[in-house]
Formats: sequence, structure tokens, C-alpha cells
Amino acid sequence: MRALRSPAPLTGLLLVAAVLTLALLGPALWGESAARIDDGAILQGHSPAHPLGTDDLGRDLLARILVATRLSLLLACLATVVGVAIGLPLGVLPAVLPPRGARAAAGTINALVAFPGLLLAMFTAVVSGLGARGAVLGMGIATAPVLARLTQTLAASVANADYVSAARVLGVSRLRIAVRHVLPNIAEPLLLNITLLFGGSLLGLAGLSFLGLGVQPPDYDWGRLLFDGLSRVYVDPEAALGPAVAIGLAAVGFNLLGEGLAKAASRRAVVPRGAATGEALREARSEGVLSVRGLSVAFPGGAVPVRDVHLDVAPGEIVGVVGESGSGKSLTALAIGGLVPYPGEVTGGINLCGQDLSALSPGELRRLRGTSLAMVFQDPMTTLNPALRVGGQLAEVSTTHQKMPRKEALARAVDRLRRVRIARPEERARQHPHTFSGGMRQRAIIAMGLMGTPKLIIADEPTTALDVTVQRDILLLLREAAKEAAVILISHDIAVVSQLCDRVVVMYAGRVVEELTVAELRRARHPYTRALIAATPDLTTDRDKPLATIPGQPPSPFDDPDGCAFAPRCAAATSACRTTRPLLEDGIACLHPQSSD
Amino acid sequence: MFLLRRLARLTVSLAVLLFASFSMIHLIPGDPVRASLGTAAPAELVAARRAELGLDEPIHQQLLGYLKGVLTGDFGTSLQTRETVAGIIADRLPSTAELAVLAALIALLVAIPMGMWLAIRTENGRNPGSELAFTTATGTIAAIPEFLLAVGLVVVFAITLGWLPPAGKDGPASYVLPVIALAVGPVAVLARLVRVEALRELDKDYLRMARAKHLPRRRLYLRHLLPNMLTATLTVGGLLLASLIPGTVLVENVFAWPGLGQRMTESILQKDYPVAQAVILVYGAIVLLVNFLVDVALGVLDPRSAIRGT
Repeated sequence: MRALRSPAPLTGLLLVAAVLTLALLGPALWGESAARIDDGAILQGHSPAHPLGTDDLGRDLLARILVATRLSLLLACLATVVGVAIGLPLGVLPAVLPPRGARAAAGTINALVAFPGLLLAMFTAVVSGLGARGAVLGMGIATAPVLARLTQTLAASVANADYVSAARVLGVSRLRIAVRHVLPNIAEPLLLNITLLFGGSLLGLAGLSFLGLGVQPPDYDWGRLLFDGLSRVYVDPEAALGPAVAIGLAAVGFNLLGEGLAKAASRRAVVPRGAATGEALREARSEGVLSVRGLSVAFPGGAVPVRDVHLDVAPGEIVGVVGESGSGKSLTALAIGGLVPYPGEVTGGINLCGQDLSALSPGELRRLRGTSLAMVFQDPMTTLNPALRVGGQLAEVSTTHQKMPRKEALARAVDRLRRVRIARPEERARQHPHTFSGGMRQRAIIAMGLMGTPKLIIADEPTTALDVTVQRDILLLLREAAKEAAVILISHDIAVVSQLCDRVVVMYAGRVVEELTVAELRRARHPYTRALIAATPDLTTDRDKPLATIPGQPPSPFDDPDGCAFAPRCAAATSACRTTRPLLEDGIACLHPQSSD
Repeated sequence: MFLLRRLARLTVSLAVLLFASFSMIHLIPGDPVRASLGTAAPAELVAARRAELGLDEPIHQQLLGYLKGVLTGDFGTSLQTRETVAGIIADRLPSTAELAVLAALIALLVAIPMGMWLAIRTENGRNPGSELAFTTATGTIAAIPEFLLAVGLVVVFAITLGWLPPAGKDGPASYVLPVIALAVGPVAVLARLVRVEALRELDKDYLRMARAKHLPRRRLYLRHLLPNMLTATLTVGGLLLASLIPGTVLVENVFAWPGLGQRMTESILQKDYPVAQAVILVYGAIVLLVNFLVDVALGVLDPRSAIRGT
């Protein structure tokens, strides 16, 4: 019931409660004045005695609207009952019948749903005669296909659940499965939707009565009152507005309540907003391609997945960033690219190609990043826009950032595709991404990065989603690209990194814990780096022994322990490790560097 | 293959519709002609009209005659006004179609930018206030049926303010209120859908890639986002057009719009069965055809949907 705390469902609940109370008490309280005929006050407009005026027999319209609540709701109830009585069994049929019958039943439901409800209702009303009975039947029959479709969909969603399969294996009859196993499990969403259908029936019946096809005098519901009121709307608008408002309020009430309940049933956690942790902003160096100082990324609620990261990349250098999932390596890359998703907040200094990013205007930032920085993401299958041609997606980098004419940009795109060794690049440039294989797409994305004059390419796990056979191609391509640009290669695979990179940066829990050259990897001093290397199998790994793993879990980005974040999982940790945070000095942040002997 | 299957389904639905409209006159208890002409009508007249409708022939011949009539566009004559039913439909249908098509176009033109703008504004839970206001407002508006809205519009803009004609079809100004009454609900429904659809696309990798290219926002949203959400939006847009058609029945009655819906209501009230029968058939057929065309168009636009739909 937490949903009821937000204003919309609460309003709905109040409206529904008011309407129900009126339906119960209305006729007793105002029944007499609603029926009292007054020859002296025929067809009057608004007056103190009759706030909404009177009808052609001098009866008070406000009282009539209040009294009509009961009949309006009652008819809607009956129509819903008719709809459920027909729709529910019809919707269960596809789950109960043998396959051939099930297809026929599903086909029938499909055919019926296609017909608009109002037409079905009118048809029924014609056949069974004008009046409340015909309207209720019509509305019920119009509701039935909708409910049947809903039941069918819900039933299908649990049809493959374990408990249903188990019952089937045990030889329980289809009917019994439907009644005992399927229906109880879909009862809740079904009831919820029946509430919404009730609102729909209420409106549908009001519509029919309003057309004169529903309730006939001397009975009256809201729709009938609206029908009567509309004929004199020019003289006394309130005679039409009154019933219209009554119908509208009831409809909105049921709708808001139903939607609120539906939302409550599928509510996801809401992240509360909180203050970002501020870390000292430090001066970033202006030489080199990239210099990052004190970079942190914080999310409201206290998660700080990247903490105080320093990173320098020299021209033409290939730097590997390694770490487990959640170590902050991808977010670091996104922060450099200016792509941290809202509501993340980035603090710290970034200097790209000699320019301090904090000093640039948004337009200059976009231009700088658009031309001198290229990014390659993990899954090439989803990274290209499926609706646009590959050539156009490449060319737009040059047309927007370098103001290149479209034709020239397309020629350049073809050239870049050729450079990443895509066969028949002219033809390929005119095709959509779905005709490309995964490896080709990743190459096209690298080609996209080469459209500008990139000084830095950030590749975030570029080979993880690819076949082993094409991984090598992509890595070689990156290395080739690195002749002109520096590369940051983000990977959880230390083997990939050691093949390709000059230097390795190891991250843990959002911080850099060790920086070393690839040659030094075998002599890594940080216990975490050593554990990562030990967990990587190679050809000499003894296959009879279980693979080495790192015990325990990395800390949550919400926690910021006083000491070393790796201490709880570290064999070499002492009590000092738990209280003192080691600083990154001489390429390592550890109180007890290990030595290889 | 998909087209054939879908065509088969359309044929079955149309056959069911034809049979239902044929049987309507026979399901009415008692003598429909007597009921229509009233108890005071002379027996000879009733007998003549019965013969005209073919009600005295064997049922299978009646069915054949009915099918032949439908295929040749001969729907009989009105019991009340003696006009040919085909003439009534030809006379009234264009007015109804104008309303429905205008309303659907306006709904698409308003809802797509609105939904996209809100998706961008509320991406990743940004601006929770806007999101709440938007969902509450659209939810409320969507819950109000078009005929109530129509009554409200008449009272405010035609009677109180006197800006626009309250009823009838007379010049461009008379289109404004009926079209608004029809379009507002679909705008609310469609804008919500567009927003959800856009949010889903905004979260995808290709948009992150497009962002990584640091394109201007306009290019990002119009060139990269819009085409990818258009399929889903147009599907619902097409279905919306189909659902607008019954809506016209009520709205036409509020505005005394000389369309088919108003005539249908009249014919049912006057028990003018040949007219009611044919008009219900026409409405049903239009809805089925629109749904069919939407499915086919989608199958052409997005081959994946053709597989999913079967």
C-alpha cells in the first residue's frame, strides 16, 4: 500500500471511495427530491434551490445525478460480471485445450479483439432491444475479448513455470492445471485489470446511454442525464456539465487507483538523491595526451565507484587498465569521454591534448572530444545504430566536427573502412549494420574512431563480445591505430593486456592500486595484481588443479573503508592495513609490497 | 508467407463480420419490419417491406442475396427515409473519415515530439517532478472519454467564450472542436508510449556510441533516436486510428456532425435495421482493414515484426 502515499493513487482512492459511498447512500438521501415533480420549476437553470437546475418535469438535477450513481455503478458491475463470465473461460481455453483446439481458441480471441468494443456493444444493443439490459449485455460482450486476451497472455506467462511443468509431468489433467495451478498464480494481475475494466464498462455504458441506446426513461443513469442535458446545453450548460463531471470524476478515480496499484505491483527501487563526496581537485599535467588527477565519480545515495584516480598517457602509448567487474575502470573511461550517465557527478582534473577540460565551453568540449578522442565499446552488435547506414554513421563525425562536405566525408568513411580491412568498403558503407558480422562491426567502430584525428582511443573491453578468432584481429588493429594515437585498453583479462600494452594500470574498488610496465608484470608487487595474474591460466597451468581464484568479494561502491580496500581479501594484510589507507607511491599503493623470489 | 497468413486472418475476420451483420436482422425477436414501422402501419406496407428485404425467402437464399448485395454495393434501402443505404454511406462516410484522419495526424504530430522531449528530460530519473506531472496528467486525460471532453469543449469554447461553432459542419472553424475532442486522448496515450519507447532506446549502446561521437543534441535525437522508435510509435499510431473510428460515433453525436456515426445512432434509435446493419458492417470492415494495413506496413518496415506477429 506504499503506492497510496503518492498523490495520484491517493486521489484515485478518495474518488472511488466517494463514488462508492454515494452509490450506497445516494438514493436514500436524495431519492425523494430526485423524484419530486414540480410544475412550477420546469427546465430551470442554476438557482439557490437547484444548483444545477431542473429537468423537464421540474426535478432537481443535482439530486438526480447523485441518485444515478447507484444505477451507473450497478450496471457497470453487471457488465463486468458478464465480461468476466465470458472472457475468463475463453481466455483459459488456449491453456486447457489440446494444441489444435488451443490454436482455434487463440484465433477466436484474436478475431474478437480486433472488433471495436463500442460496435460490439451497439450490435448487441440492437439485437436485444434498446434499454439497460441490452446495454449491459453489449458492454459485457465488448469487455469479454479484452479480458480473454489478458487471461490468455497471463496464463501463457506461467505456463512454463516449474510448478506447471511438474504438474504436467505428474499427469495432472489440463483443466485441473488451469484451475489449480494457473489461475491462482495470475489472480492478482487479473483482479487488478478487472478493476480497470470496470472503469471502462462504466464509461462505455455512459456512452451508450448518452447515445440514447442504454438506460431508457423513467430510469436514469449518468449517461442518460448527459443525453437529456446536451439537448439544452446552449441554454443551461450546467445541465450537461453536471453529469459529465460525475462520469469524468468516477472514470479518473478508477483509472488513477488502478494504475497506482499496478505500479505498486511492479515497483523498482528508487535511488535517493544525496550529496556527492567532494575530493580535492588537483592540477592535471598539460603534457602528454591525457592527464587525469584526482578523478572521482559519485552517485547520489553515497556510491562512489571511482575514487581519486590518477592516470597519465603519453603519445602513442598503449595503457592497459585492468581490474575485476566493478573496479571502476569503465566509469573512469566514461568520465574521460564525458559520458557518465545522470545522476553521476564527476570531480577532478582532466587534461586532454594539452587542454584543461574544466576551462572549455560545452561547444569546445564537444569539438575536442569529438575529434581527438575515440571510444570503442564492448558489444559491437548493439553499438551501431540499426536504422542508419554504416557509411553515414562514420561520415557524420566529419560533417559535424570538421564541417566536411557530406560527399567528402563519405569518401573518407570508405577510406577508413578500407584501413580497418573491411572488404569492398564502398559497398559496405551503403549497408545497414545488421549485414555486418560482429568482428566487422567492431572494425567499423574503430574506423569510426579514426574519422577524426584521434590522439587517444579508449577501448572498453573491445573483444569480450567477440569470437576468439576475431579477437586477435581487433587487437592488432588497435595496435596499428596506436601508431598515431595513444590507446587506453580496458579489460578484465590480464593476458590480453599483457600482449598488447606498454604499461598496465591495476584498479581495485575505484582506486589505482598499482602501475607497472608489461615487462614488470611477472614481478608485480601488489598482492591484488599478483592474485589477478595467478588467476589467469596459461599453457603451463596444471589442469589437474582447480583454477586459482581470489577469495571474497570486492567491496561495494557505497563503502569507503579507512584502510586498504583489498585488506579483507588479502593474505598479507595486517591490522595496519585495515586502518591506514596506502597511497599510490612509486607505482604502488600497498603497505606490504610483495617481492618475487 | 507472413502476408498470406495475415491475409487469411483478415478474410476470416471479414467473413465473421459479414455473417454477424447478416444475422443481426434475424436475431431481433419478433418481426423487425413491424417493430420498425410501428404498430399503426398498415399490414400491406409491412408485407411489402418484408418482401423488399427478402425476409420471406428461405434463409440460405437470403444469405446469398445479402452477399451478392454487399459485393455489388447494394445494401438495400432505408425503411424510414427510402434512401439507398449505399447512398447514405457515400454521403456520410467522408465527413467521418475527415475527422478521424485529422485527429490521428494531429495526435502523431503532437505526441511524438512531446514524448521524446519528456524522455530526454526525464532520462535516468532526472527531473522526477516532470515525470510525475507528465504521467499523472496523461493518465488523467487518457481516462476521460472523448464525449465528455467534447461536452466540456462545447460549453467552454462554443457557449461561454463563443469562439467556435458549437455544432454542425460549416467551414474550417467547425472542425476545430471535434478534432480536438478526438485527438486529446490519443495524444496522452501516445505521448506516454513514445516516452517509454524513447527511454528504452536512449539506454542502448548505439546511442552511447553516438554520444561518444559528441554529436550536437539535435542530430543525436533526430537522426539517431527518432528512426529507431518510429516503428513502435507508428504501430500504435495505426491502431489508434482504428480506435478513433468508434470514438467518432460519440463525438459526432455531440457536435451534430453529419457523419456516419450520427446516422448509425439515428438508425438504431429509429429501428431502421437495413441502415444500422450496413453501417456496422462498414465500421467493422474499416477497423479490420486499418489493422491489417498497419500490420503489413510494419512487416515491410521491420521484417522482424512479421516473424513475431505470427
